[in-house]
Amino acid sequence: MEKYWGFIIPVVSVLVALIIAAFVILSVGKSPVEAYIIMVKGAFGSAGAIVNTIVKTAPLVLTGLAVGFGFRAGVFNIGAEGQMIMGALTATAVGINLGWAPPYFALSLTIISGMLAGAGWAAIAGYLKAKTGAHEVVTTIMLNWIATYLSAYMVQVPLAVGSGTPKSPEIAPSAKLPVLMKVGPLEMSAGIIISVIAAIVMYVVLEKTTMGYEVKAAGFNPYAAEYGGISISKNITMSMAISGALAGLAGVVELMGVHHRFLGTLSGGKGFDGISIALIGQNHPIGIIFAALLMGALRTGSNEMQFAGISKHIVMIIQGIVIFLVAADRIVRTMILWRKRRKVKA
Amino acid sequence: MYEEYAVVMKGIVKRFPGVLANDHVDLFVRKGEIHAVVGENGAGKTTLMNQLYGLLHPDEGDIYIFGNKVIIRGPKDAIKNGIGMVHQHFMLVGNLTVAENVVLGSETTRGGVIFDLREARRKVKELSERYGLHVDVDAKIEDIPVGMQQRVEIIKTLYRGAEILVFDEPTAVLTPQETEELFEVMRRLKAAGKTMIFISHKLNEVMEISDNITVMRLGKVTANLVTRETNPREIARAMVGRDVVLRVEKPPHEPKEVVFEVEDLWVKDNRGLDAVRGVSLKVRAGEIVGIAGVAGNGQSEFVEAITGLRKIERGKVTLLGRDITGLDPRSLRNMRMTHIPEDRHKYGMVLQYPAYYNMILGKHWWEPYSVRGFLNHPAIFEGSKELFEEFDVRPRNVNMLGGNFSGGNQQKIVVAREVSGNPKFTAIAQPTRGLDVGAIEFIHRTILKLRENDVAILLVSMELEEIFSLSDRILVMYEGRIMGEVMPEKTTVEEVGLMMAGKRLEEVRT
Ligand SMILES: Nc1ncnc2c1ncn2[C@@H]1O[C@H](COP(=O)(O)OP(=O)(O)OP(=O)(O)O)[C@@H](O)[C@H]1O
Ligand SMILES: [Mg+2]
Repeated sequence: MEKYWGFIIPVVSVLVALIIAAFVILSVGKSPVEAYIIMVKGAFGSAGAIVNTIVKTAPLVLTGLAVGFGFRAGVFNIGAEGQMIMGALTATAVGINLGWAPPYFALSLTIISGMLAGAGWAAIAGYLKAKTGAHEVVTTIMLNWIATYLSAYMVQVPLAVGSGTPKSPEIAPSAKLPVLMKVGPLEMSAGIIISVIAAIVMYVVLEKTTMGYEVKAAGFNPYAAEYGGISISKNITMSMAISGALAGLAGVVELMGVHHRFLGTLSGGKGFDGISIALIGQNHPIGIIFAALLMGALRTGSNEMQFAGISKHIVMIIQGIVIFLVAADRIVRTMILWRKRRKVKA
Repeated sequence: MYEEYAVVMKGIVKRFPGVLANDHVDLFVRKGEIHAVVGENGAGKTTLMNQLYGLLHPDEGDIYIFGNKVIIRGPKDAIKNGIGMVHQHFMLVGNLTVAENVVLGSETTRGGVIFDLREARRKVKELSERYGLHVDVDAKIEDIPVGMQQRVEIIKTLYRGAEILVFDEPTAVLTPQETEELFEVMRRLKAAGKTMIFISHKLNEVMEISDNITVMRLGKVTANLVTRETNPREIARAMVGRDVVLRVEKPPHEPKEVVFEVEDLWVKDNRGLDAVRGVSLKVRAGEIVGIAGVAGNGQSEFVEAITGLRKIERGKVTLLGRDITGLDPRSLRNMRMTHIPEDRHKYGMVLQYPAYYNMILGKHWWEPYSVRGFLNHPAIFEGSKELFEEFDVRPRNVNMLGGNFSGGNQQKIVVAREVSGNPKFTAIAQPTRGLDVGAIEFIHRTILKLRENDVAILLVSMELEEIFSLSDRILVMYEGRIMGEVMPEKTTVEEVGLMMAGKRLEEVRT
């Protein structure tokens, strides 16, 4: 039984959230069945819808992995947003200067520079925690603001181009991610493949490597880890760096696969969504892929719902309830146990 | 029905995945008696008590309290039925006072606000005096010793009107003096008509304090004994199913070269006060050096310092001729130092890890467990299974989470890990805390086998018997200093006891 909890809890939570939201939809005088059909159609009903959903999902997988990896290691990386910005910004600075380079070189250099920037940005918080005990929640929030304002300055002064919204120039064509599928104006880049690979790599690292063993041990019980020859301070810095690299990669994917230039809205709260996604996905790489897909689908589906006259904020309600239930998984456990106990008595 | 009994548990069955923890257990506890429950590690004692206190629910069976059939859904129901539990791991809030802790969560608090602390203090004081509990009602929990914290737990149950008190291994964390004080309290409670259930692995304690004994083995009751009419040997046989050697034979063994040496070591405790003040000692290959002392005299800090878990302020530590002062645990482990920690939940195990992962903690980066950065799961499984077999860890399921093993079996996992793999020096702290007699015998034999294999062994224990039966030399520690060194065959318990109370050997012997 215990083995399946990680799977049962999020699924039950989503179902409960959908039921509660159905009542909300009813209360504003609409049909929940119709609303959900529209939503599903909006997210998966056509090739365009599917592409749209997948494009939204790719960076969410990566920020979810970033936060999830942190949780497994016992650090709360609330700064995925800032690390994503730093990743995208650095990748922009590199990508716009690679017109001369062949694609394989331009692609890998841009990706790696973005990941390193995210890693470095997060490692600052990790290092501060290891050396001075400064809590990472506080320091990563501070770093988020620094990243936000730094990027605003960069696209308004040194990297600025054109007029209107501040933006950077486009990155070199060789640094753009290849397009897998094109539906009308919608392009689906290889970003989703990068995301899935990252999830698989994280799974392998956590479950199969000595490093994963150490990271998880430190996350569960730092005293026992230290006793077992695992340096906690080293682990904290390294775990933050890895988490930051994943968040940086999310920024890279958005930059190289979607916008192709740095815009102020590029991160758009996806770093914070990573927290919810990690929670729903139970910090498990595969779970995170599905949680991100759910989130992506809700986002695209809700646009469609809006056209049908049902506020898209219903999605926020669903999302909120899911997170609440998953976080309070005791509630779900008790609900399931009640049913079980009644069955035993009967 | 069952009017003369305070507690009757009838036909209790409790299953965990793959384990039948209680198999039709019957427990009869008379009103006003002290009833001991004994049994091997994993026999199902804690599980049984948790069902009485409502923390677990029986799959089958009935519970009668003072003759009435009851269903206990949770601790609240248990308290309502007059049942109180003194947990082994205390449930107290460190930065609140004794009185505040006692009233916390009981009737006199509403919404977390204590509305009559003065009345509460008076009642706590009265209870404390009536039963000789000697607690300082205004002291903060974090500032009082373990024995007193336990008495606060007792007051807490009495304050809530407990008529039946359950003690799950209360003496495992106590010094002999504190144990005596606890027994004094228990006698007073008995005189006041309270009923008590007492779990312990120490048979002499059971003989001293109990009226009747229920013996459990592998989830079943194997004997109901009257304390007056039995003896430790008979109890042990009912527990283990064979004759047990209560004290192992120590063969003569000539120690070899000095392996481990400490010179003038100074270490601070968590509050920044000097806990170890200039300790020097040597341990030779094939020698067991025992450190005796009352808990809290710097032994814990000393062991943590030499194993790399605590900062060394001053002094020098040498292992195999190399200066290892201030080295981290990983380097020390690479030099074949191992450590059985006194607190297995804090240091010894990752409770959320399955047993096979716990079996490699501290050597997980070595071959064959790790090959080029990847865990070698088949080797880890095989190694763990062998150690489970060799150390008789129950149940024989290396996939079970560390936290789901009974206390004694967790200890076996830690010991198995730390004594296997050819250590050169090992620091052993309280190795048999919470173990049953059979397991103690086994661990003692294991430690002696290490000695025969010329491992240098430092043994820290609060059990004088353990120190006396295993050590080649005994050092006594008091307030961070060594009071003297004696040979077990040339000293007496009294002499060591005096040194533990702060007298130097020279003073004792003049
Ligand atoms: N939550 C659980 N999940 C699975 N098995 C469990 C769980 N709790 C206890 N067990 C198993 O039930 C059996 C009885 O355990 P219990 O803790 O009652 O033993 P005990 O008699 O108190 O032993 P000890 O003297 O070592 O404390 C053991 O085999 C233990 O591994
Ligand atoms: Mg127990």
